[in-house]
Amino acid sequence: MARKISMKQAINEALDLEMRRDPAVIVMGEDIVGGAGSPGEEDAWGGVLGVTKGLHAKYPGRLLDTPLSESAYIGAAIGAAACGMRPVAELMFLDFMGVCFDQILNQAAKFKYMFGGKAKTPVVIRAMVGAGFRAAAQHSQMLTPVFTHVPGLKVVCPSNAYDAKGLLIQAIRDDDPVIFCEHKNLYGHEADVPEEAYAIPFGEAAVVREGKDVTIVSYGLTVHRALEAAERLAKERIEAEVIDLRTLSPIDWDTVLESVETTGRLVVVDEANPRCSIATDVAAHVVQEAFGALKAAPQMVTAPHTPVPFSPVLEDLYIPTADAITAAVSKIAPRAMAA
Amino acid sequence: MTDQRIKPVVMPKWGLAMEEGKVTGWLKRPGDRIAVGEEIVEVETDKIAGVVEASEAGVLRRAIGEVDTVYPVKALIGVVADADVPEEEIDAYVAGYVTPSADEAGEEEAGPTYEFVETPAGRLRYARRGEGAETIVLVHGFGGDLDNWLFNIDALADKATVYALDLPGHGQSAKAMPEGGVEGLARALLGFMDALSIERAHLVGHSMGGAVSTLAANAAPGRARSLTLIGSAGLGEEINAGYIAGFVSAASRRELKPVVEQLFADPSLVSRQLVEDLLRYKRLDGVSAALEALSGAFLADGRQKTLVASSLAALDIPVLVVWGAEDRIIPAAHAEALNGRAKAEVIPGAGHMVQMEKASRVNELIGAHVTG
Repeated sequence: MARKISMKQAINEALDLEMRRDPAVIVMGEDIVGGAGSPGEEDAWGGVLGVTKGLHAKYPGRLLDTPLSESAYIGAAIGAAACGMRPVAELMFLDFMGVCFDQILNQAAKFKYMFGGKAKTPVVIRAMVGAGFRAAAQHSQMLTPVFTHVPGLKVVCPSNAYDAKGLLIQAIRDDDPVIFCEHKNLYGHEADVPEEAYAIPFGEAAVVREGKDVTIVSYGLTVHRALEAAERLAKERIEAEVIDLRTLSPIDWDTVLESVETTGRLVVVDEANPRCSIATDVAAHVVQEAFGALKAAPQMVTAPHTPVPFSPVLEDLYIPTADAITAAVSKIAPRAMAA
Repeated sequence: MTDQRIKPVVMPKWGLAMEEGKVTGWLKRPGDRIAVGEEIVEVETDKIAGVVEASEAGVLRRAIGEVDTVYPVKALIGVVADADVPEEEIDAYVAGYVTPSADEAGEEEAGPTYEFVETPAGRLRYARRGEGAETIVLVHGFGGDLDNWLFNIDALADKATVYALDLPGHGQSAKAMPEGGVEGLARALLGFMDALSIERAHLVGHSMGGAVSTLAANAAPGRARSLTLIGSAGLGEEINAGYIAGFVSAASRRELKPVVEQLFADPSLVSRQLVEDLLRYKRLDGVSAALEALSGAFLADGRQKTLVASSLAALDIPVLVVWGAEDRIIPAAHAEALNGRAKAEVIPGAGHMVQMEKASRVNELIGAHVTG
């Protein structure tokens, strides 16, 4: 039965249901139980923002608080996955990937390929992404394109509680390594979520709004900014179709291309930095595959090519805004529509 | 006194979740004479598009709802009145109309929430409306749920106490499929009636739900006061097996949409949200297995193997058969299968989901059948 819960609760519920279903599922990370010195299980924090709260009491021994060494425990999780477990390792902030990237890039992503398809690596690496949390340059980046660049990794970034639950369940059941990116400013966002377990297949974008005049492609937090822009554009009689990619590897080209073939106009909104990003990837692919359908040059609305600022004023300007998206659409919408 | 001669045309409430709807086109112009049941204005919700039909006769005096504009449920979108009602009175009525708030409307309808009941076939979801002495139970088809009766349940509640359930494996009911395919679902239907102490009911079944209802009526003589079979399975061997296979296997919006469009004479009725809601159901753990088991149980080599027509002869209860003339799932020719045993009505301009596409005609037929 569906009821409204937050994205944080939805992620907790996905972990809970999969741990109940499959004893091979374990959860690892820094302070995910409560950390050394936590006064007790009842009031254990359950991770830096409480996403894993309550799971330790339900599944004693299956939540492992790790030392502050990402290179050690991400490597251990990948090794456990290669040996038959289904670990979900929490990397806290995706920005911390630097110290464990060899384990991800050269080990987890390569096992299946280098062992001739005989090795499975069913590991999920959950991590917070994105700006707007006043957490400065080392805890706020949208590093999704770093991972989509690597073959052998699956990359997921949900925009809402319903998708977060279904995509995390799919990630845990998937036999390949999955980088699961959770936008920290969406943790409180609520949606209708069924109580039961369900899996959303990877590579299936969601058309979250239908429209005939322009296609806006996004993922994560900026899907909501795109929807806000689409509402404003509708008042000017411009009907925007909004596509939420949901998974970035694999990516649902068919849904994007079909939409652009109808609208003839593309705006890609990406919170990542602009060079070699999801925005450039989508724009380039559409230009190559659907050039004949395009009535105007694709537009990219992204963060600037700077670190995430600590100044709140600057940080608010950093994430693509509904204003910036509306302006990008207006630039390519024909005058007749804008009038 | 004039208020009784002035009848509002309001934004309808189709289903529990509907809070607003968009006027998409007027089928009548101000000044047109309107008979009961005539289509007045087209409305689209995020679930489905439909038509508002006249509940009372008169002249359309005002078409207030503007095309492509969204109005809350129960907002005044038009006025029907006799030709001799003065213009000033109509204007005064429009000026004085206050749209009931969503909360008030909810209270009026006395708790239209979904409920759950434990049965031998597991926990089943249902909706209940009306307080009439007669009882109607609405039984959806393969892959459907109680929202397939979105346009029927409230209209029928004027005449009877109406229940609509999610069969096992469907909607928000338990996903485990009972043994025995369609027969198993018929036992589950009787178990549902037992659990809610429904002694006797008029069974109304759509598609596979028609076969379920017929088997239940046979298995428990006396429990069914009448049968209404809508686009029913079990009355002949032909079936669009491609539809069933497509519905079971489709995992994405692009795969599912063309499959679901076959259900309607007018495929444009299939909205983004309708497809999304079906996908959300199909993704739940256990649903694929339930649908595969069920389709395997009632189909063999692309033909129906659960045939119930002959068993109807032995049943001493009134039977009504309703079909959409443009049904692309089960041919409308099956409406004649009962050949005098049942009243048969084939409705033009409708497909397999005839109870949605021509709701007011179907409601009228069911109403007359259960009260007559």
